[in-house]
Amino acid sequence: MTDTKTTTREVNVTSKTSVSVLFAGDSGDGMQLTGTQFANTVAVHGSELNTFPNFPSEIRAPAGTIAGVSGFQLQFGSKPVYTPGAKFDVMIAMNSAALKANLKDLHRGGIIIAGTEGFDEKNLKLAGYPEGSDPLHDGSLSNYIVFPVPVLQLTREALRESGLSSKEIDRCKNMFVLGLLYWLYNLPLQGTIETLQAKFQKNIQMAEANIRAMKAGYFFGDETELFANLGRFDIAPQKQHGIYRRVTGNEACAIALTAAAMRANLQLFLGSYPITPATEILQTLAKFKKWGVKTFQAEDEIAGIVSSIGAAYGGALAATNTSGPGLALKTEALGLAVMLEIPLVVINVQRGGPSTGLPTKPEQSDLFMAMFGRHGDAPLPVIASCSPVDCFYTTYEAARIAIEHMTPVICLSDGYLALSSEPWKVESPENLTAINPRFPSARKPEDPPFLPYKRDDRHVRAWAIPGTEGLEHRIGGLEKEHETGYLSHDPDNHALMTRLREEKIAKIADSIPLQSIDNGPEKGDLLVLGWGSSYGAIKTAVEQALENGLSVAHAHLRYIHPFPKNLGEILGNYKKVLLPENNSGQLLHIIRDKFMIAPEGFSKVQGVPFNEMEILAKITDLIKEL
Amino acid sequence: MTDNDTTITAPPVLTAKDFASDQEPKWCPGCGDHAVLQQLKNLMPELGVAKENIVFISGIGCSSRLPYYMATYGVHGIHGRALPMASGLKTSRPELSVWVATGDGDALSIGGNHFIHTLRRNIDLNVVLFNNEIYGLTKGQYSPTTKLGLRTVTSPSGVIDQPFNTAALSIGSGGSFFARAFDRDGKFLRSVLKRAAQHKGTSLVEVYQNCPIFNNGAFEEFATPEKKAENTLYLEHGQPLTFGKDKNKGIILDGLTPVIVDITKAKLSPDDLWVHNEADINKASILARFADNLSDSERFLPRPFGILYADNRVTYEDALTSQINEAQSRGCGTLEELLKGEHSYEIK
Repeated sequence: MTDTKTTTREVNVTSKTSVSVLFAGDSGDGMQLTGTQFANTVAVHGSELNTFPNFPSEIRAPAGTIAGVSGFQLQFGSKPVYTPGAKFDVMIAMNSAALKANLKDLHRGGIIIAGTEGFDEKNLKLAGYPEGSDPLHDGSLSNYIVFPVPVLQLTREALRESGLSSKEIDRCKNMFVLGLLYWLYNLPLQGTIETLQAKFQKNIQMAEANIRAMKAGYFFGDETELFANLGRFDIAPQKQHGIYRRVTGNEACAIALTAAAMRANLQLFLGSYPITPATEILQTLAKFKKWGVKTFQAEDEIAGIVSSIGAAYGGALAATNTSGPGLALKTEALGLAVMLEIPLVVINVQRGGPSTGLPTKPEQSDLFMAMFGRHGDAPLPVIASCSPVDCFYTTYEAARIAIEHMTPVICLSDGYLALSSEPWKVESPENLTAINPRFPSARKPEDPPFLPYKRDDRHVRAWAIPGTEGLEHRIGGLEKEHETGYLSHDPDNHALMTRLREEKIAKIADSIPLQSIDNGPEKGDLLVLGWGSSYGAIKTAVEQALENGLSVAHAHLRYIHPFPKNLGEILGNYKKVLLPENNSGQLLHIIRDKFMIAPEGFSKVQGVPFNEMEILAKITDLIKEL
Repeated sequence: MTDNDTTITAPPVLTAKDFASDQEPKWCPGCGDHAVLQQLKNLMPELGVAKENIVFISGIGCSSRLPYYMATYGVHGIHGRALPMASGLKTSRPELSVWVATGDGDALSIGGNHFIHTLRRNIDLNVVLFNNEIYGLTKGQYSPTTKLGLRTVTSPSGVIDQPFNTAALSIGSGGSFFARAFDRDGKFLRSVLKRAAQHKGTSLVEVYQNCPIFNNGAFEEFATPEKKAENTLYLEHGQPLTFGKDKNKGIILDGLTPVIVDITKAKLSPDDLWVHNEADINKASILARFADNLSDSERFLPRPFGILYADNRVTYEDALTSQINEAQSRGCGTLEELLKGEHSYEIK
């Protein structure tokens, strides 16, 4: 097979500004790999990009069933894209279950590329289609453009002489589909060819077969009459020049912790226990030994956080990562960290709850637990990331606050951000804020006694670590006397220490930026106030609403506790405040309580992120009512 | 990235007094904890470690108050979690001498999971397990080491939970050092603690510690000179297992079964007896089970004191350090490399 430039026919090429694609198939069909490869190619091509994998929590649910469907959604475009797309324009359905599970999210008039072998009688039955139905041919998909492609047969034909077993050949069918998509979107094959060559370095035969299958898919697009009416699409690259990388939210958290430790000249220690969807943070950091990172896979969530408290006592930048059930187990230790006034970063990657809930599905329902989920009056800062790339900046900020204010910090992400990816223009080290730990120096016997709980004007105590001569001191979970740190049950002292701990957190508001308006007028009819992963959907919806001439603005909170000092003032500049959340209204409670206003809540608790269309509809309705 | 390097200078000559903090111990008069504290203070100057490089970590319970009374660094943590805290500290700062004070409730009940996992990891910690077979701080409930049948406030009809055999649990968990000592035998306790300090790996010292208020006399069968001679077996590496008032009793192994023999009657020489080998895990496992047989039992065996098991294997923190050194052998990662990653691409 020769170069891909030898096109045989002239095909109409349509320019588009953005497109959303879903690769869906059985969890054994390699859809995550296919989607990832496609994403890499469009990223390197210079498109704006946002990806989101969607897979079942079972490792291998029964093949062919709805429960076993694995999907990878991405949106790419020549304008900024902030979500994987509310609905997809194109769906690859490798089997009947993939079609059935996802059809409701395909745009009317959207394209379906169906692997016909996945639509035989057996697969239709497994997917739960009534007997005798045949969606590819019975007209039930007449609102869409359907391309039935015998993917398996064509892959087998292409690889007949590959020397691979039939099982191995069949496994290459996802590459055929990838090649076809590259043709459809006028994208180069070279990046994937290089990846396959590197991946199968020790199995050249396998590399060749995968490449051949991909090229076969590409040429199929070229040669078949099937796409004659549709033609090809071209998404012009738009990124500014520079060095980029693609990161998921979890990767960004791991990089940020390491970068913060390096900027603060500290060792990074992560005590952790695997839990979906937070585990990749541990996995990524376990590979960062070259940067001196120490990871400790503890026996449970409690040991995860407590080992980090031990490392923090020793002077490390210590962190722990978890998801809802794990945060619940860590709450007693969080109280200890509050009492010890020790730096600690807790990254909580939220998932649907309560209990085991929806392990692979995102939700924003741990906000109350982050804010209030401890015994006693135990305030600590809470901040939230709003995009995969923002996971870097927010986690870095969490580390800065923890170290400079001697406090545990909860940094909220969620399953959507954790696994989504987007291109990130590589940050240069000098742009990272300096982080200054305050280690007191050794004390001579004739010096005044060391006071472990003496505070500076921000109420922050010193970080006296073992190995520092003359500063030997004992701390613990029991209430301590002001300044000396001795045990104290004195009523007035407890009241004082409770107030000081509260004020210490409140004073962090002095060191964080004021809240800004992301988009829209500074005064107007409606403010959409968001936090966390709803950023992309709100951003896109508000852009559209502004285009539609509505008086609406968007503000997105990174700092939830303490709030930026000007938040109350901002909220007062609009007739109405809309608060979309993937929970039953947790920030809504907090805002109501703090500012005595009555915002409009907008809850979505389906284990699915918001999409721009539902937020736009809500904005439009609300403004109409004003 | 650097570890927080401490400049370790030759420590001045210190005494036990230098290790006493300015806090008065608040344990009950006659509590065995006082004795253990005293031996730890006595031992510290012998270790040759600067005061600022020693850390005592504890959980919750009477014994867990110990860090407040040592003039070293210390953290009094939360119930059951002393071991993971010490593990995190030692993993992060391997140059520190890290001690853990814990009790039978703290280590074996609420902290049981951490106990077994810490032992198998073999982090170089010195763990002093104060076993008084009762919950003291919460006033007299039974613990996971309380003997069957004991009537306590939560077992008014007698304990029906089989107690843990601490030695068997420790060895079974992959612990590399287990020793047993007694609060009232100070000199011996100190010698055992010293060996624990010297052992590289997690050393577990179970101290039988009398609670005069809620479980007084729990270890009486090993206490008076008469009973001590008949009921205890003091182990010494390379020496035969003998006990009794006139050292006239010995232990031989009949297959895997330990048997008490009268040396004089059986006309045995000490060489015919079981000779203690600290590094023999199979024999240590049998020694560990001696504690199942109480003095009133038909299958009575004397209670072993001293080092039942000590073997050297690599510590967790050393293994981790060598992995990091290996990863850094071709240079440490820079911040630029970290931010750029391995799969960056250029848009021109």
